[in-house]
Amino acid sequence: MSDEMWVNMGPQHPFNHGLWNLRVRLDGETITKAEPIVGYLHRGWEKMVENRTYPQIIPLADRLCYGSSFSWSHVYCLTAEQLFGVEVPERAKYIRTACLEIQRIISHLLWLMALGTDLGSYTILIWSLREREVFLDRMVDVCGARMTYNYPRIGGVRNDIPENWGRDVNRTLDLFLDRLEEIEALTDANEAFRMRTVNIGNISAEKAINLGLTGPNLRGSGVDLDLRRHDPYEVYEDLDFEVCYATDGDAWSRYRVRIDEMRESAKIIRQCLDNMPSGPVRVKVPRCPPKGTACRRVEDPRGESLMYMVSDGTDKPYRLKVRSPNYVNLSAAPAMLLGYKISDVPSIMGVMDMCIGETDR
Amino acid sequence: MKVIVYDKPDRSVEEVAGAIKSKFPNVEMASAPNRLVMKVKREEFLDVCTFMKDEMSFEHNSCVTPVDYMDHFTVVYHISSWTNHIWAEVQVDLPRDDPTVDSVTPLWGGADWHEREAFDLMGVVFKGHPDLRRIMLPEEFKFHPLRKDFQVGRRV
Repeated sequence: MSDEMWVNMGPQHPFNHGLWNLRVRLDGETITKAEPIVGYLHRGWEKMVENRTYPQIIPLADRLCYGSSFSWSHVYCLTAEQLFGVEVPERAKYIRTACLEIQRIISHLLWLMALGTDLGSYTILIWSLREREVFLDRMVDVCGARMTYNYPRIGGVRNDIPENWGRDVNRTLDLFLDRLEEIEALTDANEAFRMRTVNIGNISAEKAINLGLTGPNLRGSGVDLDLRRHDPYEVYEDLDFEVCYATDGDAWSRYRVRIDEMRESAKIIRQCLDNMPSGPVRVKVPRCPPKGTACRRVEDPRGESLMYMVSDGTDKPYRLKVRSPNYVNLSAAPAMLLGYKISDVPSIMGVMDMCIGETDR
Repeated sequence: MKVIVYDKPDRSVEEVAGAIKSKFPNVEMASAPNRLVMKVKREEFLDVCTFMKDEMSFEHNSCVTPVDYMDHFTVVYHISSWTNHIWAEVQVDLPRDDPTVDSVTPLWGGADWHEREAFDLMGVVFKGHPDLRRIMLPEEFKFHPLRKDFQVGRRV
């Protein structure tokens, strides 16, 4: 008689943020097989948008992931702009870049909060949510919504930024960078946090590339790859920033990458605010794009997000495919989980930054 | 403790396009800066992909997109070469009554769930896929809802 048993972790389980199921086969406490099961939140997004006009899809794209909604509506608008063949005004590009980086900080803080809960530190949860709230206020200033912004438009952004927004964002960043060190004191200096992340969930660089990992999860394996620099969009080409990576390939490295990225995002936001030109923020676009296809990819807070759009010349897309970074990252999760204990699952999956809204679509 | 850096491209787009074209003369190809668009026959699709991965260092499969054009399916693969800074779009046309194509999951593990999703929602069958099951919808579901002949309910 074997000691092996299957355990369903989910769809309702304290460790999984969102509705998904992780089936693990255990030998004692060691994971010998893992199988993520998704689809509980499948809304038929790709079918739904085939019956919506192009501008109607922007708020829907927001709802792919409430944690990083701006980057989703942004990649949608970027793809649609390629299809329509419009050039975005320079000022709108800077505003978008600044908002994208604010969104990255917001998303990473939400991830840090979830990681804190997974590892049992409620102080991390409260502190990172407190910091996140200030950035949400900056987004409220600019578009009036806390999470699903509906702010970018095909051909620019909806409205110009308010007066003194730059000053407020700079103050927010000053405060945040101080507070980030306080949060790091809870994690980096914490022996229990280190024990649960260092040398846990290892994945080699070659394997990570083959399994399609992107974003911080790939950079945690010592791959210096960031689409913001590798395949630049908006104004990233003109900005000065580092690509953060760590070399160990364990949960700790992936955690470090995200913390460092928040500092780099702060640098990018300041550069955008300093160099922002004046001018219009939106151009008019026709109702129907020409026939053809368009495809753009961007560096989402979670990795490579891509949209592929086919137009048949009407005012609705013929086909719109979303490549969600988290979908592929989750499919690679078994490679990280195998051989570790069941008590390591929360730290491995918590560091991965799960979002089921964009995974299931 | 090594770091993989993709600093300068190893080969240019023209070199890569030329190498593929000389090995597979039947491939229709258009290139733009950092971008290749290829139309491949499904018989030689797997050979082209293997060549691209092994010889031309296309390491990453971004996405597998099936599109239903009513009279045929087109499966679009977005494949990136981090080393060469090139992004290739490989299109394969499939007849509507036999939508079967070779799986690329043995080459790129990242294509696994994309192919399962394409099978689930569009009904494209990937030969050689290790575990081709429905992923979003329940096993007993009878339709492939992303096909254009699948009727959705009216908006209310």
